[in-house]
Amino acid sequence: MARVLVAMSGGVDSAVAAALLVDQGHEVTGVHLKLADLPLDEQVPGHGCCTLDDAQDARRAAQVLGIPYYVWDMSEVFEREVQAPFAATYAAGSTPNPCVTCNERVKYAALLERARALGFDALATGHHACLRRDGAPVVEPGAGAQLHRAVDGAKDQSYVLYVATPDQLAHTLLPIGELTKAAVREVAAERGLRVANKPDSYDVCFIPDGDTAGYLSERLSAAPGPIVDADGAVLGTHDGVWRFTVGQRRGLGLDHHERRFVTDVDARSATVRVGPREELACRWMELAGPTWTMGRRPAGTVRVQVRAHGRSVPGRVVPAQDPERVRVELEEPVYGLALGQAGVLYSCDDRVCLGGGRVVAAERPAGLPVAASPSA
Amino acid sequence: MTSYLDHAATTPPRPEARAALARGLDAANASATHLAGQAARGLVEEAREDVATALGCSPHEVVFTSGGTEADNLAVKGVVWAARDRSRTVPHLVTTAVEHPAVLDPARWLADRGDVRLSVVPPRCDGRVEVERVLEAVRDDTVLVSVMAANNELGAVNDVAVLAAALRSRGVAFHTDAVQAVATLDVDVTGWGVDALALSAHKFGGPQGVGVAVLRRGLGVVPLSHGGGQDRGVRSGTFAVGLDAACAAALTAAVAERAAVRHRLRSWTDRLAAAVTALEGVERSGPTEPEHRLASHLHLLVAGVDPAALALTLDLVGVAASSGAACGAGAATASPVLEACGLRGTPLRLSLGWSTTEAEVDRAEEVLTAVLPALRAGAAPAPAASAVSPVDATGGS
Repeated sequence: MARVLVAMSGGVDSAVAAALLVDQGHEVTGVHLKLADLPLDEQVPGHGCCTLDDAQDARRAAQVLGIPYYVWDMSEVFEREVQAPFAATYAAGSTPNPCVTCNERVKYAALLERARALGFDALATGHHACLRRDGAPVVEPGAGAQLHRAVDGAKDQSYVLYVATPDQLAHTLLPIGELTKAAVREVAAERGLRVANKPDSYDVCFIPDGDTAGYLSERLSAAPGPIVDADGAVLGTHDGVWRFTVGQRRGLGLDHHERRFVTDVDARSATVRVGPREELACRWMELAGPTWTMGRRPAGTVRVQVRAHGRSVPGRVVPAQDPERVRVELEEPVYGLALGQAGVLYSCDDRVCLGGGRVVAAERPAGLPVAASPSA
Repeated sequence: MTSYLDHAATTPPRPEARAALARGLDAANASATHLAGQAARGLVEEAREDVATALGCSPHEVVFTSGGTEADNLAVKGVVWAARDRSRTVPHLVTTAVEHPAVLDPARWLADRGDVRLSVVPPRCDGRVEVERVLEAVRDDTVLVSVMAANNELGAVNDVAVLAAALRSRGVAFHTDAVQAVATLDVDVTGWGVDALALSAHKFGGPQGVGVAVLRRGLGVVPLSHGGGQDRGVRSGTFAVGLDAACAAALTAAVAERAAVRHRLRSWTDRLAAAVTALEGVERSGPTEPEHRLASHLHLLVAGVDPAALALTLDLVGVAASSGAACGAGAATASPVLEACGLRGTPLRLSLGWSTTEAEVDRAEEVLTAVLPALRAGAAPAPAASAVSPVDATGGS
């Protein structure tokens, strides 16, 4: 039995996480994080984690489960650590993963620290990922927990949790990772939780309408530049590199018969480069600020994943020139790797999340310089 | 044990109110002309008389509402609109920065839509409003002044009678929100000389969902809801017989023992204040003179403590208190009242009521003197959390 603080977004996963913790005999307290201050008319019910409806759903789930429930305003730290860097990273020509940043800077930092200061033994979330100790599901906090992919492969979120350190994992519980999404919904229905059939959220929580370019255009001023091909020929213009991400095909505004993808973004020269799919092939990358879920850098053969719901590919960890970085060479190329994204390493059997870092350098078609490293 | 010290948010219902509510639930429609309807109407009118007696006004001046918010809205919007309709000009309204949102929000809403010109008087740093500052804001076109009898957060008591007399001589209507005051302060509509007054039953031992608007004769008020024309046409809607009767029963009981409750609560809030202000970084806010603060309220400012941590820790060890107003989502938000008073720090309001026991006060003292230093030191004492069901108090009022 442990004192557990469970972060309740208002969705079905975290509600069921709380229910399972109660069943396991823990002393459970629910907390809903107010992360962004969306005006009421921009709130889309059921989308994102920042709406009044979600706060109500989380509160109601806590009531049904009979656990104390509080709302903590973390909008300041969320703005400072997630939203502002999100825009700044796009402005620098990279593509951030705000969920990773939120876990690293908000959930596993501000929130876990406050929970521990208040005497809680663990922080639980409704992420689809598993913690296993000696192969068995973790139901009590403590050292030696390994971060595994979720049982429901299609829902696996271990990718966005790679930033957890062994100490943080020792104070983490992930109750629903052993269940499929369908099973989670069944548990919710059995418990009479009204979120049982609530739709999944896919978008960035602070951009509930999914219009990232619109969000960024309110935060960033226009910085026009050329759209060029591999030979440097100007094919068009754009009003800000933040509208583009490597691998993007839509919204280029080019009148062209061939299929063109964004192959590189250089913020310093405000240049967006496009080309055919072959130019997206990437066989190596370098990760900065690496963290390791078991406290040690993996060596040799691993699996590498560069997108939240992407497939992993086999690769090898090799020494980088910069000792602060990790270089990963891939046995088969990945396509459309944007700088700023998380490169997450898994065990060779693709089951255990070992950690990872932000992609700060990657193979690019020759001709344009590799963009500057983003700070976050 | 749980120590419930949030009576300013809701105080438990008195036995008299429970009994009256149970009786009134069987009532017929009090506007029906048959005998059953007449009996029901008898309960409403008896309740009206009891309220009038308790407040020192005429039964004809008592309107039952859904609560304090509706009573405040009725006074502010109703009086402003009536004056505008009369004069066909945009009238002027004076209120204060420490009012409850039930007054400030309708006032600002009226101003935003061009129905009124609004002056908001700042408070002193102890939460009281100076009579002179209010009178300075009054102009020839002022039709209404709204100043609360006592502030809900700081418990600061205003000189309502002095203000009412000065406004009377200038021919300006005066409304006071007495929601927080009535449990411990001798509210006297005639003695004070106010033209309108708002109460909420669940602050004095009645049920939630009912309140009182006192609207004195001769005060022009445009109704907010139109329909069957009940309550002199000022408030249409079927009489809530049970709620009205329970409200009156609670008020009668509260007034009967008010002096004793005041005396008891003052000694307890002062005792708690002495114990916690002996701790480093804890200050009592609000007026220093006892006659200027409600006996029921103890407002503290704690330095160097995270508000969310304070709220959770106290709650889980079984001390229910208010750590500030809540936003729509339920997160604690900065208090506009404290901001207006220029006060900084983590607020903690302990409010006592008619049912508070000495054991609850003892328990609160024991918990606060242990928890506050620990939280200030950055460590939370691992509390043996009792199986308390968290009270869903919004804490805003």
